[in-house]
Amino acid sequence: MTAREFKVGDLHEEVLVEDLTRTQLVMYSGASGDYNPIHTDELYTREAAGYPGVFAHGMLTMGMTGRAITNLVGAENVRGFGVRFTSQVWPGDTLTAATRVEAVREEDGEHLVDFSVTTTNQKGETVLTGTATAVAAG
Amino acid sequence: MAADEAAVHRPIRAAAAHDRSIAESHRVSEPKKVTFPVEASHIMMFARAIGDTNPVFQDAEAAKKTAAGGIVAPPTFAQAVAQFDPDHPTRPKPGEKWFGSGATPSGVEGEPPSSGGLHAEQHFEYRRPLRPGDVLTATYRVGESWEKESRRAGKLWFTERLIDYHDEDGELVCRARSITVKTERPVDQD
Repeated sequence: MTAREFKVGDLHEEVLVEDLTRTQLVMYSGASGDYNPIHTDELYTREAAGYPGVFAHGMLTMGMTGRAITNLVGAENVRGFGVRFTSQVWPGDTLTAATRVEAVREEDGEHLVDFSVTTTNQKGETVLTGTATAVAAG
Repeated sequence: MAADEAAVHRPIRAAAAHDRSIAESHRVSEPKKVTFPVEASHIMMFARAIGDTNPVFQDAEAAKKTAAGGIVAPPTFAQAVAQFDPDHPTRPKPGEKWFGSGATPSGVEGEPPSSGGLHAEQHFEYRRPLRPGDVLTATYRVGESWEKESRRAGKLWFTERLIDYHDEDGELVCRARSITVKTERPVDQD
């Protein structure tokens, strides 16, 4: 990718998942090594932890959101990615990530593109906000 | 977590410098280190788990023809170091009590409701992508911790953790900073 392909204000939207399944939470536990039962164990989560049911790993939401960035810039070009988790994500949720180009700049002779990203659920609630930076050819 | 529980947000570099100063002032013992291989099959499973079908994460032949020049890991993959951490707190271990359910809703009594903690923030900086064949050493440091009162979950205990990932040449390739939170009670669902 080249820096010229991006200009400040460019918007991009990507549906990350439709009707998130409990099985995907199991897959993410297995792949990531985070086996916290609040993501896979309904009995524990309802009766011991006190939540209505299992909910997604923040890192699953971040991982899915990363796709909205890597599809734009190429995974090999990502230099920074940081997020805040602002609401829980539940089985059945449909998530959409929206990115915006915030800056196209040069630093130490490299061309960098800064993005903001917001992921929302089907009710329009924000579940994640963050930023990402990618390196681009001139 | 509720959007109003704004946690402190600082660049990783500043956090790391602060952490060094804490380590020096408290004479913290050797930080924990975990060395682990980055493997193509693990990257494939991770990509599947995040629902990403991009061939650059799972098809060696197709990935060679892309600008990446071969398989690379998705940006959040570094977190999967959890698999290799011998005492990772959210992995059950044979012969030890586990806080998830078995015969009863929890195998451990008296733990706070979010024993494993909730994730409040996560930040990564990368010098280059991770690739199959990398052997990385993760160095763990505990950063700051602080408390806060919240409407939706009572008292909140935040902990910052930093992980630096170095390759076999000793080059820093990735730096991760996480903030987790333990809550006094489950987060109200409005």
